[in-house]
Amino acid sequence: MKLWITTAAALVLATAATAQNDCAAGKTLSDGTLTIATGNPAYYPWVMNDAPESGEGYEAAVAYALAAEMGFSADQVTWTRTSFDQAIQPGAKDFDLNLQQFSITEDREKMVDFSEPYYASAMAVLTTKKVVEAGATATPDSLKSLIWGADANTTAVPMLGELIQPEKDPLLYGDNADVTAALQAGQIDAALFDLPTALYLSAVVVDGGTLLGQFPAARTENPDEFGILMEEGSALKPCVDAALTALKDSGKLAEIEATWLEEATAVPVIK
Amino acid sequence: MDRLHMENVQKAFGANRVLDGIDLVIEPGQMVCLIGASGSGKSTLLRCMNLLEPIDDGRIVLGAQDISEPGLDPQPVRQRIGMVFQSYNLFPHMSAIENVMLAPRRIKSLSRDALRPEVTALFERFGLADRMEHYPDQLSGGQQQRVAIIRALAMRPEIMLFDEITSALDPELVAEVLDVLRSLRDDGMTMVLATHEMGFARELADVVCFLDQGRILEMGPPEQLFGAPKEARTKAFLSRVL
Amino acid sequence: MTTPTRRQAFEARQRRRATRIAAASTGAVILALITVIPLAPGWAAVKRSFFNAEVFAKTFPGLAQAFLMDVAIFLWCAPLIAALGLIVALMRDIRSPALYPLRLVAILYTDVFRGLPVILVIYLIGFGIPGLGLPRPWNSPYLWGSLALILVYAAYVAEVIRSGIESIHQSQRAAALSLGLSQTDTMRFVILPQALRRVVPANMNLFVALQKDVALLSFIGPVEIFRQAGVYKSLMANFTPYVGAAIIFLAITIPATRYADHLMNKQRKARS
Repeated sequence: MKLWITTAAALVLATAATAQNDCAAGKTLSDGTLTIATGNPAYYPWVMNDAPESGEGYEAAVAYALAAEMGFSADQVTWTRTSFDQAIQPGAKDFDLNLQQFSITEDREKMVDFSEPYYASAMAVLTTKKVVEAGATATPDSLKSLIWGADANTTAVPMLGELIQPEKDPLLYGDNADVTAALQAGQIDAALFDLPTALYLSAVVVDGGTLLGQFPAARTENPDEFGILMEEGSALKPCVDAALTALKDSGKLAEIEATWLEEATAVPVIK
Repeated sequence: MDRLHMENVQKAFGANRVLDGIDLVIEPGQMVCLIGASGSGKSTLLRCMNLLEPIDDGRIVLGAQDISEPGLDPQPVRQRIGMVFQSYNLFPHMSAIENVMLAPRRIKSLSRDALRPEVTALFERFGLADRMEHYPDQLSGGQQQRVAIIRALAMRPEIMLFDEITSALDPELVAEVLDVLRSLRDDGMTMVLATHEMGFARELADVVCFLDQGRILEMGPPEQLFGAPKEARTKAFLSRVL
Repeated sequence: MTTPTRRQAFEARQRRRATRIAAASTGAVILALITVIPLAPGWAAVKRSFFNAEVFAKTFPGLAQAFLMDVAIFLWCAPLIAALGLIVALMRDIRSPALYPLRLVAILYTDVFRGLPVILVIYLIGFGIPGLGLPRPWNSPYLWGSLALILVYAAYVAEVIRSGIESIHQSQRAAALSLGLSQTDTMRFVILPQALRRVVPANMNLFVALQKDVALLSFIGPVEIFRQAGVYKSLMANFTPYVGAAIIFLAITIPATRYADHLMNKQRKARS
């Protein structure tokens, strides 16, 4: 039985691998090129030094691995930049794939296509040492009493309601930089981010920043899963999904995660 | 009541010498008429007496006080010298009675109730008893000008200055305003008028001054000035307006 | 009823004709828009993204709720703007040399705040001042964001009031002074009441602009209608909530601007 499954899987994989070279043919913006979009700027640890061409950083590495799986050499990958709003606006897109920690949601899927998830993120509580010294702890009651902030364009907003249910209305901002500015100014006590982003912000951006803890992805009914965004009805989707599945099955995806998102596992879990 | 005494009053707007050495004495109870062409300096002379325009040189003395002293607080002086303008200048956002009461209320700190009898009497005297609560735009030009006169009188001034107060009026409304002046004359009010109403000046003035290019070219009782002017320019002016 | 004169009859005919032509041409334009726009190849996608009935119905109540925040911010800012604008306008009118510093401050203030984009002032004051380490509740973004709006709009209001003061004819000042009123009383009882009345329409337009700019406070945290629409947009990957927000704004601002125009016309007629 076990043997049979393994064989079947191997077969599927083999067929997929050979088919992929043709799968994407004629379906990209320009033939023989895979155009991939990232944020402007793209943040650590998803893209190192805002330079996706280097292949360094989790999303940059995933992008090149995926491209290779789909039959594109590194030379055949071109990068472009979009904001969130540009990614979802109607009309012709100027990218084939868009990776910038887009969470897959049911509502969003009505408007655009998402690949299979390539990362399931825990949500983490970013705060400052000052707030911790003032007595904030990783208990539900203590968390509820804090003033919360979040990036308005992220799924952290509904997560706040689901996981924490703060007593006061949260304050929302247009990007990470504004959230951290408010945290620094003491206007908010804590902010909810995906774990890797929170790690980066606490280590590099926020003076005296620290993580109070994380909510593992499995904690919620709708875990925060990142998918590659494509135009609604994109012909590429089957190819991308097949390639992602192959990367997962081969252990390549886990390997990339271990390389770039290693620290994430060290953050204590909020009970 | 004090006499108003002007000595060598000089006033220029830029290079334009508007008053060029005015000497004039206004005795208590006198009515003095200033006549002359537009731009001869009549209005400016009145505005200087009321300290609305500071003079450049010379002196204006009220009683014993030099009121042309630079830096002098003009407020107490203006309270003694009332002024009425050609364009009425009522405050359009206030009713007639509020126009009249504003200055006594603020300056003499009198309440509306305390002022009402005196103010009402003035309105009645000048035939405007039923117009007290009207706003300026609801009044005719003649009525507005009479309210303006009442407004100045309410401060009980010693001297009244009238700056061509009938010039903006339709001809049929001139008489009602001149009647007010006649009535004030009968009271013995000291008055200085800049006017184009030669008949009126001839009838009532004690002294008529003919201004020409910022100077008093000729002055005297009306019979003399109108009957036998000495200066050629006076004659020329009178022949044009009479 | 009297029979119309020949001229009245002629004018009535002309009016009817003009109305018919206007109605016909308006109808033709609307018809053209309705038939032509859906022919565009991207119309279906645009309709789904911007005019999505389902998304609209789902988000509109939340947007209306969030708009109450805009109204509240407007309501506490507006009187303070009026008061500060008036004070600054009067400071600019000071002639006494001893008080010249006040006048200088007023001039600098209006120059600086009229010269800066509102959003910049909101960022600088809204994040900058609390960043100095003020304790709660003195670091609230509502507080400093509102102050930023007040500072910017009071500068405009001050200029409008000043222009109103300057528009009052010198003869009014002369009449008041000739009665013996002080400079202060002349300003307070004669010049200012007329000036303020005259600038009501211009100020109404400023306050309509303020109601719209309240949305800029969302950049420093408060979840008012613009931010709430952004959250919906993000969660549903759909721009329809912005259209909903636009409709709510227009429901307030169109009547207000029409009213200001009406006042302005009335004034123009009264003065001519």
